[in-house]
Amino acid sequence: MIELVQRAVEATLAAGASDAEAYASEDAGREVRAHGGKVESLTAATRRGVGVRAWVGTRVGYAYGTDLSEPGISALASRAAAAAGIADEDEFAGPPELPVRLMRDGAVKGAPEAQPELVLSDASLAEWGAGRVADLALAIERAALAADPRVAGVEQAVYADSAERIAIASSRGVGGEYETSSCYGYAQALAEGEGGRETGLGFGLGRGPAALDPEEIGREAAGRATAMIGAGKPESRSCPVLLDPTVAASFVSLIGSALSAGAVQRGRSPFAERIGERVADAAFVLHDDGLDPDGFGSAPFDGEGVPHRRTALIEGGSLHTYLYDTYAARRGAAASTGNAGRGGYRTLPSVAISNLIVAPGELGFGELLTEAGEGVFIDDVAGLHSGVNPVTGVFSVGASGRAIRGGELAEPLREFTIASDLVSMLTAVSAAGAEPRWVPFGGSVSTPPLLIAAMTVAGS
Amino acid sequence: MSELIEREVAERVLGRALARGGEFAEIFAERSGGLTLAIDESRIESVQSGAAEGAGVRVVSDGTTYFAHVDGLDPDDLERAAGEAAAALRADRAEPRPLEAVTSAPFPIAQPPAAVPAERKAALLRELDERGRGAGAEIAQLTASYAEIRREVAVANSDGLLAGDDRTRVRIGAQAVARRGDRVETGAETLGGHRGFELFDGDPGEIAASAAGKALTLLDAGPAPAGSMPVVVGGGFGGVLFHEMTGHGLEADHVQKGASVYAGKLGEMVAQPLLTAYDDGRMPGEWGSDAIDDEGTPTQKTMVIEDGRLTAFLYDRLTAGRDKAAPTGNGRRESFRHLPVPRMTNTYIAPGEATPESMIAEVQRGFYAVSFAGGQVDPATGDFVFGVSEGYLIEAGEVSRPCRGATLIGNCLEALAAIDAVGDDFEMKTGVCGKAGQKVPVGTGQGHVRIGAMTVGGTEV
Repeated sequence: MIELVQRAVEATLAAGASDAEAYASEDAGREVRAHGGKVESLTAATRRGVGVRAWVGTRVGYAYGTDLSEPGISALASRAAAAAGIADEDEFAGPPELPVRLMRDGAVKGAPEAQPELVLSDASLAEWGAGRVADLALAIERAALAADPRVAGVEQAVYADSAERIAIASSRGVGGEYETSSCYGYAQALAEGEGGRETGLGFGLGRGPAALDPEEIGREAAGRATAMIGAGKPESRSCPVLLDPTVAASFVSLIGSALSAGAVQRGRSPFAERIGERVADAAFVLHDDGLDPDGFGSAPFDGEGVPHRRTALIEGGSLHTYLYDTYAARRGAAASTGNAGRGGYRTLPSVAISNLIVAPGELGFGELLTEAGEGVFIDDVAGLHSGVNPVTGVFSVGASGRAIRGGELAEPLREFTIASDLVSMLTAVSAAGAEPRWVPFGGSVSTPPLLIAAMTVAGS
Repeated sequence: MSELIEREVAERVLGRALARGGEFAEIFAERSGGLTLAIDESRIESVQSGAAEGAGVRVVSDGTTYFAHVDGLDPDDLERAAGEAAAALRADRAEPRPLEAVTSAPFPIAQPPAAVPAERKAALLRELDERGRGAGAEIAQLTASYAEIRREVAVANSDGLLAGDDRTRVRIGAQAVARRGDRVETGAETLGGHRGFELFDGDPGEIAASAAGKALTLLDAGPAPAGSMPVVVGGGFGGVLFHEMTGHGLEADHVQKGASVYAGKLGEMVAQPLLTAYDDGRMPGEWGSDAIDDEGTPTQKTMVIEDGRLTAFLYDRLTAGRDKAAPTGNGRRESFRHLPVPRMTNTYIAPGEATPESMIAEVQRGFYAVSFAGGQVDPATGDFVFGVSEGYLIEAGEVSRPCRGATLIGNCLEALAAIDAVGDDFEMKTGVCGKAGQKVPVGTGQGHVRIGAMTVGGTEV
C-alpha cells in the first residue's frame, strides 16, 4: 500500500501542489448481531480509500476517494489541489518535517526515544471463521439471559472486528505503514421487575476474539440492568459522587479534547493559559500514551507520520502540556506530541488523543464507597454530547446509579442529573481507585473509578 | 438508475445472491460526492472534497440477514459481494423476479451546488463571519461551516423492484463564542435542506446573527434551576424533544424486540387529545426528505399520533413483513456500507391552538427551553435527557432571566402525556440522528409546547 500513497503524493505534486501527503487505509471487517437465539445479521466487508492533503504555498486542501485506479488517483489529486485554492493563506500550514524514518514494518528509525515493539494484531481474528464469531455473539446473549431470572431479554448482542492496514507518505520523505486489529462484543440487556423495565450494557474489547469472554460480557449487561430495578430519584443536593470507570472515561475523554492545543489556541478550552497552574487534585494523574501495548489507540506513528510517545498532561495537580499536531505545534512554537488524529481516510488530521491513561490509586471499590460515606455512585451518564459546553467545561448530564449510604451501595437511582465544570470536578477528585479499565467510548481511555468530593445532584 | 448499475448486471447479482437460497435479495448502489469548508478566525480552512462509490448486497434467509459491501461499482466486484453475502447459506437456489423499474421523481434542485463557483461558497461563509461578529463587541469568535452532498442511489431487489433517487443536500452552521471577562458562552444555529444553493437566496447570514445573539444572551445568564416544574419548549428545534422521546420508540425494530415503551400501545391514548403528530418523508425541500427510502419504497406522510391516540409505527421492509404491515418508507441507511433500519424522516407535532404567550402566562414558576444542544433516549426504558442551549426562567407568568447549563430529564410516556398545550406557531429544523452506528439527516419540528411537569437539572438546588 506504500506504493499507492507514494503514487498519490506524486500525482498531487503534478496537479500543482507544492507539498503533499497521502494516507490510505484498507480494512476487512465483520459484524454479527444476535437476537432471540438467532443471528439477526452477519456483515462481511472490505473498505479501502485514500485521502490527500495538498499544500499550495500556505494554503491547504483535502480530498478523499475510493477509486484507486490511475485516473481515480489523478482526479483525487486535482480535487485536493483545487480545494487548496479555495482556502485562505495560513502561515502555520505545512507538512511535518521529520528527523525519523518510518519503515514498512511499522518500525520508526532514528526516534529520540527507543520505541517499544508494538504487537497490534492478533492471529485469532483471522483464525476464527464467521460461524465461530457468530457463536460468540450468541453466547453473549445466552450469558446475559442466564445470569438472572429478571433478565427479560437482550435487545442486541453484537460482535464486530476489523483488521486494518494503514499507510502514509509525504513529499518530505515520510513513508510508513502498519497493521492493526481490534474487536469488541457487547450486549444491551433488558430487565423487568417492580412494574418497570431497565437496560444495562456489558462490553469487552480485544485485539482478537480469543480475548473476549462472552460470559463476563453477558453477566455485566445483566448485572447493570437488574441493579436498576425499582430505581427512584435522588434528593437534589451537593454530595460526594463516585464515578464508575465507564463514566469517568467519558469525562476524561472530554478533558482530553479540552487539552488539544488547537482548542486552546483558538480560545475554546477551559484549560487555556493554565500551563503550570493547579487544575486538579494531586490524586488525578493523566497521561496520553500512544505506545501503550494494551491501548486501542496505539500505533507506531500518528495520522501525519509523527512517532507516537508518552506525554504527561496532568501530574502533581498541575497542567504540564497540551496535545499537539504539526499545525498546532508550529503555531504554538512547540513540538508535535504525535497527536494528529484521523477519523479514517475521509478526514483531515487534527489534534486528538491517542490513549488517555488515568493513573490508578490505592483504594479498592469498597474502600472508595467507605470514603464516600453518604453520596451517589454513578453507573451511567447520558447526553454528554449535548450537556457539556466545550469552551467553558460547564456540564449538566443525565445520570443513573445507586445511592451510597453508610459507605455501602444502597437503592438504585435514575432520572437525575449531575452538574459541575471540568476543572472544578478535577480539583474535587479525592481518590482514584486501584482497578483501571479500558473504555472505548469517545476514544481509548483507561481509568479507575474516581471519587469526587462534591458535585450537584438534581433529582426530586 | 441505469447510470449506476445496468439492469442485467443487477439481475445477475441478485441471481448470484440467491444461488444458495434465501427469501429476499437486494443490491443498493450509491455514488456520492461532496464538499465541505469552514471559516474560523475569519479564515477559510478545512476545505475537503470527497467522492465515494460502492454497493451493498444483502440476502435474507429464515430471518437472518447476510450482508456484504464493496467499494466501486465494477460488475465483477458486485457479483463477488453477492457471493460473499450468500457464502453461509446452504439451501437450494431461489429465482429473483424480473426487474420492473419504478419511477419516482427525485426532488427538484434549482441550483446544483457542484455547479456553483467555490468563491460563492467562500463568500457565503465570509458573510456569516461578518454578520456573527457584527452582532456585538462581546463576540470573541465565530466559526461557520458549509456542506454540500449529492447522493445518487439505486436499489434492485428479488421482488422485481428497480428504483433510483438523486439527492442533493446543503447545510450551513454557525457557532459563536461571546466573552465578558471570565464569562464565556456559546450559541449555535443551522440552516439546511434537501435543496440546492437556492436555499441561500434569502438571508443566510441571519443564522450567524442568531447564533451570536444566543451567546450574548447567555452572558447575562444565571444558574439554571434544579427540580421538577412546568416546562415550555420552543418551536423548531424544540421538536428534537418529540423526536427523542417518542419518535425513536415508534421505530418498529425497537417495538418488535419489546425494547420500546410504546410496544403494545397501538390504538391507545398516549397523549392528551390536543396532540397530533406525523413522520413525513415527502415534505418538499426538507432536510429529512427523500423521494424513496433506501430500500426503494416511496416515502410517505404517516400520522403517528391522532388526537392523542397512537396510530402507527415506522417500518422498513423487514419489520413491516414481520407485522404483516405495509412498509412506511422509513428504511434508511447512512450509506452502501450499512444495512437499512427503520428511521425517522421529518418528524413533527402538528400546530395546535394555544399561543406561545398564553402558555407562558399560565406558568407561575417554570422553565422556558427555547433550543436544545441535543438529546438522547433509551427507547427500552423511555428515559431521556436533553441539553438546553438556550433557556430562561419563568416567574409569575413572565420570562424573567436566561439560565446556563440546564438539562431536561424525564421519561417518555410520562412527559408525552404531560403535554398540556400545543402552540399555533410552527417551524422545522435540521438534525443529524444517530442510531445503530449510522447517522442520517432528519427534520424535527413543532410549535411551542408545554409540559406540565418535568425535571430540570441545573446547579441551583
